[in-house]
Amino acid sequence: MTAIKDIALKPGFDDLVMDSQRSFRALLGAMARPGNPVTLDCAPDAPEPMLPAAGAACLTLLDLDTPLWLGAQARESEALRRYLAFHCGCPLVEQPAEAAFALVVDPLTMPPLSAFGQGTAEYPDRSTTVIIQVRALHVEGQALLRGPGIANSQRFDATPLSLDFWDQVRANHETFPLGVDLLFATADRVAALPRSTSLEIV
Amino acid sequence: MYVAVKGGEKAIAGAHALLAKARRGDRALPELSLEQIAEQLGLAVDRVMTEGSLYDRRAAALAIKQARGDLIEAIFLLRAYRTTRPRFGNSLPLDTAEMRTERRISATFKDLPGGQVLGPTFDYTHRLLDFGLAEAEPAQGADSPALPVEGSESQDGPEAMPRVVDLLDHDGLIEREAPADEESVGDLTREPLAFPAERDLRLQNLARGDEGFLLGLAYSTQRGYGRTHPFAGEIRFGTVSVELVPEELGFAIEIGEIAVTECQMVNQFKGSAKEPPQFTRGYGLTFGHCERKAMAMALVDRSLRCRELGEPVEAPCQDEEFVLSHSDNVQATGFVEHLKLPHYVDFQSELELVRKMRASHERNRADSSD
Amino acid sequence: MNETAPIRRTSALPESGDLHSDGVGATASDATAADGAYNFAFLDEQTKRMIRRALLKAVAIPGYQVPFASREMPMPYGWGTGGVQVTAAIIGPEDILKVIDQGADDTTNAVSIRQFFVRTTGVETTTETGDATIIQTRHRVPEQPLQEDQILVYQVPIPEPLRFLEPRETETRTMHALRDYGLMHVKLYEDIAKHGHIATTYAYPVLVNGHYVMDPSPTPKFDNPKMHEMAALQLFGAGREKRIYAIPPHTKVKSLDFEDHPFEVQRWSSCCALCGATDSFLDEIVTDDRGGRMFVCSDTHYCETRRAAGHVGLAAAQGAEP
Repeated sequence: MTAIKDIALKPGFDDLVMDSQRSFRALLGAMARPGNPVTLDCAPDAPEPMLPAAGAACLTLLDLDTPLWLGAQARESEALRRYLAFHCGCPLVEQPAEAAFALVVDPLTMPPLSAFGQGTAEYPDRSTTVIIQVRALHVEGQALLRGPGIANSQRFDATPLSLDFWDQVRANHETFPLGVDLLFATADRVAALPRSTSLEIV
Repeated sequence: MYVAVKGGEKAIAGAHALLAKARRGDRALPELSLEQIAEQLGLAVDRVMTEGSLYDRRAAALAIKQARGDLIEAIFLLRAYRTTRPRFGNSLPLDTAEMRTERRISATFKDLPGGQVLGPTFDYTHRLLDFGLAEAEPAQGADSPALPVEGSESQDGPEAMPRVVDLLDHDGLIEREAPADEESVGDLTREPLAFPAERDLRLQNLARGDEGFLLGLAYSTQRGYGRTHPFAGEIRFGTVSVELVPEELGFAIEIGEIAVTECQMVNQFKGSAKEPPQFTRGYGLTFGHCERKAMAMALVDRSLRCRELGEPVEAPCQDEEFVLSHSDNVQATGFVEHLKLPHYVDFQSELELVRKMRASHERNRADSSD
Repeated sequence: MNETAPIRRTSALPESGDLHSDGVGATASDATAADGAYNFAFLDEQTKRMIRRALLKAVAIPGYQVPFASREMPMPYGWGTGGVQVTAAIIGPEDILKVIDQGADDTTNAVSIRQFFVRTTGVETTTETGDATIIQTRHRVPEQPLQEDQILVYQVPIPEPLRFLEPRETETRTMHALRDYGLMHVKLYEDIAKHGHIATTYAYPVLVNGHYVMDPSPTPKFDNPKMHEMAALQLFGAGREKRIYAIPPHTKVKSLDFEDHPFEVQRWSSCCALCGATDSFLDEIVTDDRGGRMFVCSDTHYCETRRAAGHVGLAAAQGAEP
């Protein structure tokens, strides 16, 4: 018990109601305009290795009703697990396919997108939303995005990502309406890549 | 000269003022107190609590007062209040075998352990208007002796009152009760209802459902639309304790008592390849004393089990999606009454279309008569 | 252990009024709501999270109806509870809200919903289409084109476009899963066979981004083309039917039709009697009991803006200043 007490519990949002609302509007804006990063100005001081914008997404969206899958590095952090348990109360699941949300701290070692919940033909919404932490988001990136939310096309990239990541994203789009939706988070920005977005590498 | 209609805000404020005046009625008469409603219109309070899904007599009495006695409006008020209440946890399943009963009757056995207890019932009253009630009785102080009530001592008696279905269960003649699995009990006020719905959600839907709608459906099954062969195994009304296991304690504590009405209908079942011939159950439970509702609910519950029991779906009462989608009177009244809202735009669209079709009809007629 | 900032559970529910402590109920939550008895925008935070999750899925799967645990609202089902829940889940103190019903800001239910949000959020409201950040609507899309930073929230009575062809949810769900929209095409084609044209004038079905057939809510088909590649985000809430769906900005929205019977919108032979507009949806006003009629813009803000800019319709030219 003493070991647990030694880990300081970081606070959540300064203003629970208003910061949740602001964060959500940022997330909604990001999802509605794929590949277009949105700044989150009220992100909490999240515990290592969680980045503040990822923390904001978790505090905004997770609770008792959302099974969460944690990537290896996130799972190993007692401070992070306690933080999520205290502020969100979300149950943790072992299998990525069973998760409503997934938090990936290191995108280079994450499971393939196909390992997460894909939804069903009748209920495609019952799929995993994967929050991927990255160092940087690029709007002049190698991926050329098209689809709902994008006027003509939108360039996008994030680093670091594994070599075959964009192939996976393309495959994810091809199974539409099934598939996962991605939220990329840095320290203070989020960008989204829903399953509806098609892409080519330029 | 036509000016675009204005003043919606003022009109609404005026309507609210008129409503408040109409609610109060003649100010020369004393205003109803919540206590009077809770005590003297207790069955209205019970219905509002049941269909409002909130056990709170005072809030239900207030809702009835505010709704001017319109019970569906009161149920709506109570539901809207309920939705803002924080949730602390789930109680343990009620044990109705441990009920402190005020009424218990069985239509299946002449006598049984615990006996038949009539309790407060309209059943054998002659429905003659009691003009004696028209005169206000003199107020009685708290100390004045209450009317002697014969036979009421049995409710406090030590004799156990096992549930009739448990007696049948003893002989293996009725299907087993599903084991209590707290984890799997759904809540349609927290999750959208999906079809097919399991029995936990169906029962919740029926418990919240409109008494009149369920009554009509139950009646239809008796008249042969999805015929069942029900016996009122038992109807009991009384108080049961509600227990909760707080996370930090790890054991059950009693948090209060509620009055409930329970009805267990016993139905014939001829058996199937897997199951021997036996009786099956239909179940009804309400807050307070809502006997008609509990019985109707039990009949409809049994009808809706047709899928599970391999019976053909032939009648409205067996059609799960039909019954569950239309049982809620707050939803139903909202949608029926929304026709009062302006539909100028839709109507204009239709008007334009009908004129167009009419013109082409006239042209065609003119052409053919040429 | 040494915390500087206060620690609060995200999942904690703010206390709302307690009927039993004071009889009327008013304990302030830590949210800055205009009406302290309830949380900001009425809904508790757990409910908002549930709706917000549904909204994100709805945006990710354009035109698909996401089931959500619609709450009992303090207004009747069928009167905009879905739209109200969507607005309550997205609205913040910086938002400027416009509420219209039948295109007008002053219809009673629009007034009532606007008052609800003023009371529970204290946000600024407007009738100016261009100034609003959130527009909640019933039955119309504003005439003035919406912009990137705006959100249009539709109140939806029956979200299922196939409902009147097949009443069962279990069946229609399968039809969407298989994209089996044959019934819809047969229905539209029967119209053509019988009447020579498609006899659907409002709630005219659309195909969203080439995948799901969607009900645009009972907007007149006149408004369907505005939904196509709209710059604003469109959100749809059906409270009684417990569904949320969305059209992201710049998304293809096609009204169903046939090559030999292309989709077309309503046209009027007259123009707005007040502002002279020829490009807006017109309401018919009965002026006497001898067949007198006039037509005026259903979008009151559009009409007022035009009149302020000096446009004059026939009735306005003949009569006194409105």
